[in-house]
Amino acid sequence: MAEFECIEELQAGLPPDAIQNVETFRGEVTFVVNPEQIVEVCRYCRDTKGLEFDFFSGLTGIDYYPSEPRFGLAYHLYSLIHNHSIRLKVYVSGDEPVAHSVVPVYTAANWFEREIFDLLGITFTDHPDLRRIMMPDDWNGHPLRKDYPLGYETVQFSFNRDEVTLHKPYAKE
Amino acid sequence: MGVTNKLGEMGVVTLRLEEAVNWARTNAMWPMLFGLACCAIEMMSTQASNYDMSRFGMELMRPSPRQSDLMIVAGRVSRKMAPVLRRLYDQMPDPKWVLSMGDCASCGGVFNNYAIVQGVDEIVPVDVYVAGCPPRPEQLMHGIITLHERIKQNRLADWA
Repeated sequence: MAEFECIEELQAGLPPDAIQNVETFRGEVTFVVNPEQIVEVCRYCRDTKGLEFDFFSGLTGIDYYPSEPRFGLAYHLYSLIHNHSIRLKVYVSGDEPVAHSVVPVYTAANWFEREIFDLLGITFTDHPDLRRIMMPDDWNGHPLRKDYPLGYETVQFSFNRDEVTLHKPYAKE
Repeated sequence: MGVTNKLGEMGVVTLRLEEAVNWARTNAMWPMLFGLACCAIEMMSTQASNYDMSRFGMELMRPSPRQSDLMIVAGRVSRKMAPVLRRLYDQMPDPKWVLSMGDCASCGGVFNNYAIVQGVDEIVPVDVYVAGCPPRPEQLMHGIITLHERIKQNRLADWA
């Protein structure tokens, strides 16, 4: 994959406060984007000649608990025309985890955002169909959060076998 | 003892009713197609020619709960799948049995987490557990024969 070499060009066409930081690691370029302007940045990346990120590879949510801002969102964009890719990153506060939906720009983001809403509990404004995608509809909590309990049953060994069996909820006929 | 010996001259065989019923039940069992994960692969090979489950009177898996009386839960049951499993079990006509195949279905296996039910016995009553990850076809066949032995213990008095 070709390295992304248009960092200045991308920044030049955007408002000065849109890109907060640029990081490069082993040829991978990450733009830390102002959360308020992620939709405009995505639209600019998609439509500008020379960039043309026409393929939405994926959207990932990260939980940095207990530090603040708690959540990160990583948008991976790829250009089929130029064979280059970038990562856009947005940080979301843990008190009020809300981000803007990029579905108006990239329709493929629909289920990715639903997944992050389901598993991390980040709400996306202007999403057309924001509901759980993996867990059952009546599920409580968001399982991929770092403060979510891992399991719910004590592991059964020979020394505590009887005690665990006693509390196990066996089905009735 | 040949059949002629048992039939005698009258062409009549005498046995207890419960023996006849249990014989019929064990030798014409209709398992429900319930492969959930990798254990289903072993279940398929148990039915295939090498191991040939039809030797025990169960050669056809039914994809409908209305036509089956044995539920082989082959694989881990997720919390989302659990209500579906219970519903299918409720739809099966009596008498019905459940065989929990593999570690995941029996006790959660390696998945002690929020998404997986820690043993299908939380959802439906289980008759036979088969250990293994996944169990070999021999082990599944042993489980089925164990179930057959159990059914043969059924007494007329318990049916009422």
